[in-house]
Amino acid sequence: MRKTISLAALTAVLGGAALAQDPVELRMLWYSDGVEGEVMADLLERFEEENPDIDVVLDNVAYQVVQEQLPIQLASGQGPDVARVASTLKSDAQHWLDLRPYLTDEQVAYWQENFGNRLDWMRPDGSDAIPGFLTQLTMVGGFANATLFEQAGVDLPGEGATWDEWVAASAEVMESQGTAAAFAIDRTGHRISGPIASYGGNYIGEDGMPAPIDDGTMAFLTKLVEWTDAGLMLPEVWVSAAGTTYRSGADDFINAQIPLLYSGSWQVANLSTKIGDAFDWVAIGSPCGTEGCSGLAGGAGLVAIRYTEHPEEVARLMDWLASEEIVREFSERTLFLPAHAGIVEAGGLTFQSEDPNVPPALDRFVQASGETLPMADALPAWKWANAYYGALVTRVSQVMAGEITLDEARGLMDRDIADAVENASQ
Amino acid sequence: MGTIRHRTGAVLAAPLVLLARLVDVPMRALQRRTGQGGMAAAFLLPNMAIFGVFVLVPLALNVVYSTTAGTDILLADRTYVGGQQYARLLECQDYARPITCREDQFWTAARNTGVFVVLQVTTMVVVSLITALILNREIRGRGFFRAVFFFPVLLSPVVVGLIWRWILQRQGLLNLIMVNLGLEPEVWLNDRTYAFGAAIGVSVWAHMGFYTLILLAGLQAIPKDLYEAAQMDGTGPARVFRRITLPLLMPNLAVVLVLALIRGVQIFDEVYVLTGGGPGTSTMFLTQYIYETGFASVLRNPGLAAAASILMGLVLVVLTLAQLWLSRRAEGRGVR
Repeated sequence: MRKTISLAALTAVLGGAALAQDPVELRMLWYSDGVEGEVMADLLERFEEENPDIDVVLDNVAYQVVQEQLPIQLASGQGPDVARVASTLKSDAQHWLDLRPYLTDEQVAYWQENFGNRLDWMRPDGSDAIPGFLTQLTMVGGFANATLFEQAGVDLPGEGATWDEWVAASAEVMESQGTAAAFAIDRTGHRISGPIASYGGNYIGEDGMPAPIDDGTMAFLTKLVEWTDAGLMLPEVWVSAAGTTYRSGADDFINAQIPLLYSGSWQVANLSTKIGDAFDWVAIGSPCGTEGCSGLAGGAGLVAIRYTEHPEEVARLMDWLASEEIVREFSERTLFLPAHAGIVEAGGLTFQSEDPNVPPALDRFVQASGETLPMADALPAWKWANAYYGALVTRVSQVMAGEITLDEARGLMDRDIADAVENASQ
Repeated sequence: MGTIRHRTGAVLAAPLVLLARLVDVPMRALQRRTGQGGMAAAFLLPNMAIFGVFVLVPLALNVVYSTTAGTDILLADRTYVGGQQYARLLECQDYARPITCREDQFWTAARNTGVFVVLQVTTMVVVSLITALILNREIRGRGFFRAVFFFPVLLSPVVVGLIWRWILQRQGLLNLIMVNLGLEPEVWLNDRTYAFGAAIGVSVWAHMGFYTLILLAGLQAIPKDLYEAAQMDGTGPARVFRRITLPLLMPNLAVVLVLALIRGVQIFDEVYVLTGGGPGTSTMFLTQYIYETGFASVLRNPGLAAAASILMGLVLVVLTLAQLWLSRRAEGRGVR
């Protein structure tokens, strides 16, 4: 009998010890524009050393996977424990975990103080939850291939130059250097919304619901279609796809196929890494329209998923990653603009790049963040922004392909937006 | 030596014999209870259960989803709307002009799919038949060519799409060759006609090996003496093909037609990678419309996508039945 009890006790102790040693596994869904995947893997390794009871598996996937597959997982009540999200930060906000119950009061105060001004971008309207933090603040803007401009003998248009002036200058470079096109804008409604604001466009009605497509919006769309028809905008990016498929013009810029790219600050590390010293490039902010020279602020956020089975461990991980020291290191190594109020206020970031193109580019994007118009500032926290973006990209591509006219597209965009709102409201 | 082998065989077979005897007992009991007809059902049951779980249940779920609205996936979170999604898909002023339809992209995709199926299936059957006829002849390196034609079937559709995208893009292999020959390069995938042609060509290239194999098997099953008799009668090759080969190959051709038709209507992966549905919506087919509507769009509409897939399924059923009826009629005529 004594032998049996001893054996049972031993088994319990050994079993308990084994259970205690089993770390909790957390899965983080991540995508990379540049080198941030490697930086995050490095940081997570350090986190695991400091927290041996937590194992974090980094699933580094293509952006399209986060954009198209994660929402489906979330809608069916599944998903990773933590995810890096960009375009669906607001529209999928109901799936994020409120970290407050798992943080101390002191920690909550830290989060509010340093990330509070942009938490509305990632939580349902009227909520005061803390679902995560922006890993970086982004600003939509352009890049010019300075070497191609120089070789063509064309001066880079200066501060305050309009879209027409930039496109005309790039067209001269295209003619002179034999590039495939003058410029490209990433294929997404998000990227053209800053320029649309610059031409007086407004998406948001007085009741907070989508407003009908207005003349300001049509003004920039008309230009975009005309530039495409004239062979100035690279057709591979917008015309050669249907629906809302995302396509970037970055690779064409990197391969010197276009002298001008309109994308955003998140490309800085990507361009620096892939272009190297092949040619000089500069960030140009956003060209001007009739009402201003607006880009669009945005960001990628790291959010906790409410379907996690380990909310306490997720909160520990998130709090560690959101700490000032880690955010500072992440920003310096990835060349991303930090969204941490304390770091921005303190300044003194030492971006880790020997590329001489990088510091002025980052400075230009910081400057551009002060040039955005009110409509552009409102979009990141507006619930229906994606409905607008989707309709814009789908229909404008059809106009560019010659399938419908701009007037028909205007009516169809209004209808698409109304349908999306109606379906999402059911 | 023979005795040792016999004993080794018996030892190795023993577990199988034991297993067979163990199974035999309940099987006999079952047969006594259900009769011979019941035994057939019992043997079919596992297969039918898998079919039910992976085909019938999703099909039924799809029907249910098509009567609901909302962006949520869980049925409990969705709103019942009856036939509203079907009504929305079918609402149209002029079906020949998709722009006048409530869901213009659905009708554009349906029209594209119809044209694609007619052109692709015709090309597929003709090319596969010609290839099979050639590979059935006593040519040098026949085995090698059979392998070459079958090889693309083994490739993943995504790989097929990417390979051809690299060939056809602005700075692709084809343009490189054209420039070296002193010709003007083309942006193949930005032109509606070329892109549609590329979609047909690539899908035929990717799948013809499979259909060729089916037709080749049919050709080899035709008795040689029929050809010998025709030769002795002095019948010409065209007449031999029309009167012997084609009628006797009809069952295989019917299979090829039905399979190619179904595959044609379902076309998605390689074309999606190759053209993304563009330029504009000129190579957007029904499956891509369903995927975009139900999954890819940020503000997705699974109910509408489900309704579209049910309509597509109905069209497939009708087409398959029509094909079967036609091929059976043709088969019934036999050799004349």
